[in-house]
Amino acid sequence: MRHFIRSAAVAIAMATASTLTLSAAWAADISGAGATFPYPIYAKWADAYKKETGIGLNYQSIGSGGGIKQIKAKTVTFGASDAPLTGDDLKSSGLAQFPMVMGGIVPVVNLEGIKPGELVLDGPTLADIFLGKITNWNDKAIKKLNPKIKLPDQAIAVVHRSDGSGTTFNFSYYLADVNADWKSKVGVDKALEWPVGIGAKGNEGVANNVSQTGGAIGYVEYAYAKQNKLTYADMVNKDGKKVEPTAKAFSAAAANADWSSQPGYGVILANQAGAASWPMTSATWILVYQKPDDAAATAEALKFFAWSYAKGDKMAAELDYVPMPDKVVKSVEEMWGKDIVDKDGKPIYSGM
Amino acid sequence: MSAVSEAVTSSAMRTREATVRRFAFTDMVFRAATRASAILVLVLLGGVAISLVAGSWEALSKFGFSFLTSEAWNPVTENFGALAPIYGTVVTSAIAIIIAVPIGIGIAVFLTELCPRPLRRPIGIAVELLAGIPSIIYGIWGLFVFAPFLQTTIQPFIINIFHGIPGLSSLFAGPPYGIGLLTSSLILAIMVLPFITSITKDVFDTVPAVLKESAYGIGCTTWEVTRRVVIPYTRVGIMGGVMLGLGRALGETMAVTFVIGNAHRISASLFAPGTTISATIANEFTEADGSIYTSSLVALGLILFIITFIILALARYMLLRIDSRTGA
Repeated sequence: MRHFIRSAAVAIAMATASTLTLSAAWAADISGAGATFPYPIYAKWADAYKKETGIGLNYQSIGSGGGIKQIKAKTVTFGASDAPLTGDDLKSSGLAQFPMVMGGIVPVVNLEGIKPGELVLDGPTLADIFLGKITNWNDKAIKKLNPKIKLPDQAIAVVHRSDGSGTTFNFSYYLADVNADWKSKVGVDKALEWPVGIGAKGNEGVANNVSQTGGAIGYVEYAYAKQNKLTYADMVNKDGKKVEPTAKAFSAAAANADWSSQPGYGVILANQAGAASWPMTSATWILVYQKPDDAAATAEALKFFAWSYAKGDKMAAELDYVPMPDKVVKSVEEMWGKDIVDKDGKPIYSGM
Repeated sequence: MSAVSEAVTSSAMRTREATVRRFAFTDMVFRAATRASAILVLVLLGGVAISLVAGSWEALSKFGFSFLTSEAWNPVTENFGALAPIYGTVVTSAIAIIIAVPIGIGIAVFLTELCPRPLRRPIGIAVELLAGIPSIIYGIWGLFVFAPFLQTTIQPFIINIFHGIPGLSSLFAGPPYGIGLLTSSLILAIMVLPFITSITKDVFDTVPAVLKESAYGIGCTTWEVTRRVVIPYTRVGIMGGVMLGLGRALGETMAVTFVIGNAHRISASLFAPGTTISATIANEFTEADGSIYTSSLVALGLILFIITFIILALARYMLLRIDSRTGA
């Protein structure tokens, strides 16, 4: 009997102890919300990070707009957005912004007999297709870019996103940059008044609709095109060179960008110069407060981001994302040390 | 002796009084509880209406009446109009009801009047099972199975048949996308069919056998009995089933979002992509930034609320007119 009591007491003590450590682990979880595009890589990093440090990440992929709303309402430690905030917006809200990872947007088509990478398009033609000016695949403008392949006499079915999306923002930014008509008639935003086409929800919705519909063209994040084995098109970039959508072409665009030219590294990587640059490359950003109320939570979040910058490159590549160049990472970490401070003005981040 | 009987009577009276009082009390509690439930519904409905009006006020005061008549839906310039979603909602629901009502009544007549007994239960259960399928399944089935089938077979066929016939050629104009207004109407028709069928079947069962037998007795055919006896006797119930189906069609979100094409345009062609009120809200609410955008989406919700209300009111009014004409 005495034996039993003692073992019961031990069991209770152990249970209490484990609950305590568990709740401590929960309390330390990093909370964030925002863009859906980087969610797979954030989840993968978080998983590896938790194994190494015991600190988890609670990330709600509710969309860029939602992420901005939540960080402004201070319900999360960091927000994530595919569309950068402007310098004025950052200043008025007291937020710091930095890019976390990059990816590429690719045009995908469904044309019988045409394999991935065989079709070539350029920016103005792509814009004319999405404007509804080019309605048939055997149009002169497409033929001129593709003298070697036989294009069918088939109506073009345009597929676009029906939900608001950072992908749409980056895609329309590129089209507006290369086509004046697009800029004046449609513009740049996360949701647009599309002149033609059918809308589908999410990257996977566009991918499905394109693969279901003969003669369709749509735009998706590169990872979706690759995983669904869709027929992507090559693009002619700003330097007039034909490029294939590969991680190398995405990083080339990032390398050629002047990251310090915009407040909060808010450089949109569309239509960057450079012979090897993919024209529709996009970054995704993190937003944290420069003077957070809970300095400890922000410090944990920054540690996670620093770890991801340092050790997450391979995981990013596995999921077809492009890690940030080291030069940019160094500059971001310097910015953390300078701008993100606690109540006494002491820097929160002190290196890994 | 009399004193004893008096005492007995008075104690009996007291017990009686206590019992009556207890009954009165339980009755009062019961009445209050039912009244509270009824009032709760009104409060909820009022709360929904008030918050919809409050939420949509910004958009409605900015755009005014043109919100209802404008086809524009431009998040970039923040210019919003509800005409395209209203059109899509009304057209898809109307077509769905036009298709589903005759089929639903047909199934109900077959099940109650003509069906061999062993088949009655399996068919009845199969129809009711249709109602149990989640709408997302209808959406996925619509997108992956039904839409490609329409795109490759039915739509090109219809486009070719009506090519060159004025009116019909623009109503069925290409290119065949597979998804669009007609596809979502067909999916909606399948979704509302079980509601209409099972309610119609239940009310057909309430027709007194003596009425039908009398009609058969004077030499009526099955068609005449159905047309002249069963349907007039049950029209209120049928109307109820149709309204329930229409209510579901108007508000259906997930299945429609998958197959309608989500394009803010009004096209003459039924094969063209369109959008409905609920599909627009489901697609765009999460990423709507800017208060005027959000407010416009809430205003769409308010419009759907009003459309449903108007249709229910119209149905009531129609029933009243039928009743007063027949003097029932």
